[in-house]
Amino acid sequence: MQALFAQLLVGLINGSFYALLSLGLAVIFGMLNIINFAHGALYMMGAFVAYFLLQYLGIGYWWALLLAPIAVGLFGVVLERTMLQWLTGLDHLYGLLLTFGMALIIQGVFQNYFGSSGLPYAIPDALRGGVNLGFMFLPVYRAWVVIFSVVVCLATWFLIERTRLGAYLRAATENPTLVRAFGINVPRMITLTYGFGVALAALAGVLSAPINQVRPLMGADLIIVVFAVVVIGGMGSIMGSVITGFALGIVEGLTKYFYPEASNTVVFVLMVLVLLVKPTGLTGRAT
Amino acid sequence: MTSITDNAAPVHRAGRDEVVAFAIMAAALIAVPFTGIYPYFVMQALCFALFACAFNLLIGYGGLLSFGHAMFLGTAGYVTAHALKVWAVAPEIGVLVGMAAACALSVVTGLVAIRRQGIYFAMITLALSQLLYFLYLQTPFTHGEDGIQGVPQGRMFGILNLADTTTLYYVVLGVFLLAFLLIFRIINSPFGEVLKSIRENEQRAISLGYKTDQYKLLAYILSGTLAGLAGSLKIFVAQNASLTDVHWSMSGEVVLMTLVGGLGTVFGPVVGAFVIIAMQQYLAQFGQWVTVIQGSIFVICVLTFRRGVIGEIGQYFKRSL
Repeated sequence: MQALFAQLLVGLINGSFYALLSLGLAVIFGMLNIINFAHGALYMMGAFVAYFLLQYLGIGYWWALLLAPIAVGLFGVVLERTMLQWLTGLDHLYGLLLTFGMALIIQGVFQNYFGSSGLPYAIPDALRGGVNLGFMFLPVYRAWVVIFSVVVCLATWFLIERTRLGAYLRAATENPTLVRAFGINVPRMITLTYGFGVALAALAGVLSAPINQVRPLMGADLIIVVFAVVVIGGMGSIMGSVITGFALGIVEGLTKYFYPEASNTVVFVLMVLVLLVKPTGLTGRAT
Repeated sequence: MTSITDNAAPVHRAGRDEVVAFAIMAAALIAVPFTGIYPYFVMQALCFALFACAFNLLIGYGGLLSFGHAMFLGTAGYVTAHALKVWAVAPEIGVLVGMAAACALSVVTGLVAIRRQGIYFAMITLALSQLLYFLYLQTPFTHGEDGIQGVPQGRMFGILNLADTTTLYYVVLGVFLLAFLLIFRIINSPFGEVLKSIRENEQRAISLGYKTDQYKLLAYILSGTLAGLAGSLKIFVAQNASLTDVHWSMSGEVVLMTLVGGLGTVFGPVVGAFVIIAMQQYLAQFGQWVTVIQGSIFVICVLTFRRGVIGEIGQYFKRSL
């Protein structure tokens, strides 16, 4: 029983990362029509920036939670301004290929300097220890990750679906020319959206640093699972990608308990099943 | 919306140019053993060239970007290696068994993947190949991280001793040239023309009465099976099958080869494969910087050089190659 709950918790945590990453992908896809293959690499950068902040500047976890997403988000803004914006009007697939190239470059550079093994990042003092819930032992940091990412996901959903800025964003996704005619700077909005999506990935990276260690390839294999999550959920709605992310994390955790051999593959198998039944994904609109 | 293969749209159909180019390519490759060039390098490049040509059949003419083509290369490789080593079959049977496995896999994955297009198709194929990667990591017959090593080369048709480098070279070259001609024949057949029309405007092809899903599925199966042939052939050259061939970075590499050479050009993938394999060979000493260089080539190609080497040459001479 204890093991079951432990696996459920692991599943929830992985689900938090899936949700944060697929949320960022959905936001970026909405505005730029690009599947950001570099998302995994930028997630890894988030973790590395947190590590650098602590190692070289003595800045701890709490500030890293704020500063790392900003730093990586700015990096994303530069990427969008210098490269991605030139792809406007081209086939979506070029965006996939360009961001794939960017991912190779970023990961390659980090691998050169830090090898492939992991660097440790300590859990902040305030979140050490755990609580005994009777039926299981709950490490505080893990509970924090789940709660924090739920809050971030809800806040993002609120921002996009319930505020004026979000309304502009959705309008610009539907009809950029018209929104431009209203005097809104759409290219800047696109740039900032990319920066925001990237910052979400970096935030996930900081959150995962104390759990998964900081490794150059930490995002590379994760991103493929996230793509499967995206295919299952469809890119139709913000809430859809968040819920799918968490749900699949839990399914993965349960599989690890009941049939561990399939835990690596269960998400992909689910993807196949969903595609057979509903090709557009669970929350996706027909394209 | 500019399609990914717009740059490769034939400028001027020139069958004669293609025949001449093929003759030059064949002559140059036949001459290789008489020069000082390391034959294993060329053989390896030929296997990847075939792989890239098969991949290009799908993207260049069907407009479908598969990001999981490594699964066909790897599956056929594992099955061929297993057949040769454990079942001790003749080489030609080993190749056929490998191709059959890749064909079966492409039927199954094609039926799933073909349901979505564009980036979704790319992500689905990527996920499917990752699924297979984990399967091969865990199933006993692939020996996990070790792979299948020391695969015997044997005698093809009972007479051609594949352990002899020159014989092996000409067998690999022969298979490559035949497969290349087959692909050339496919893209210039009525089937290929329909495929191109689907690439240009699927709605129009549907309204003309074509069952486009069936055409795309057939293109996917042909592409997967030929990629499998490349994987089987590679076993005789490398004498081992390993997880590298199924890993998703291999799928990325074949995209890079095709992109560098020229998407949707006949000779582009061959040139691209030679360029990338040569680069890996000569830059191996730089370790992880090779990844960075490959990534940079990706970025440069997408931003400035979308036609690829052959595409640019073709554009300059107003010819399709």
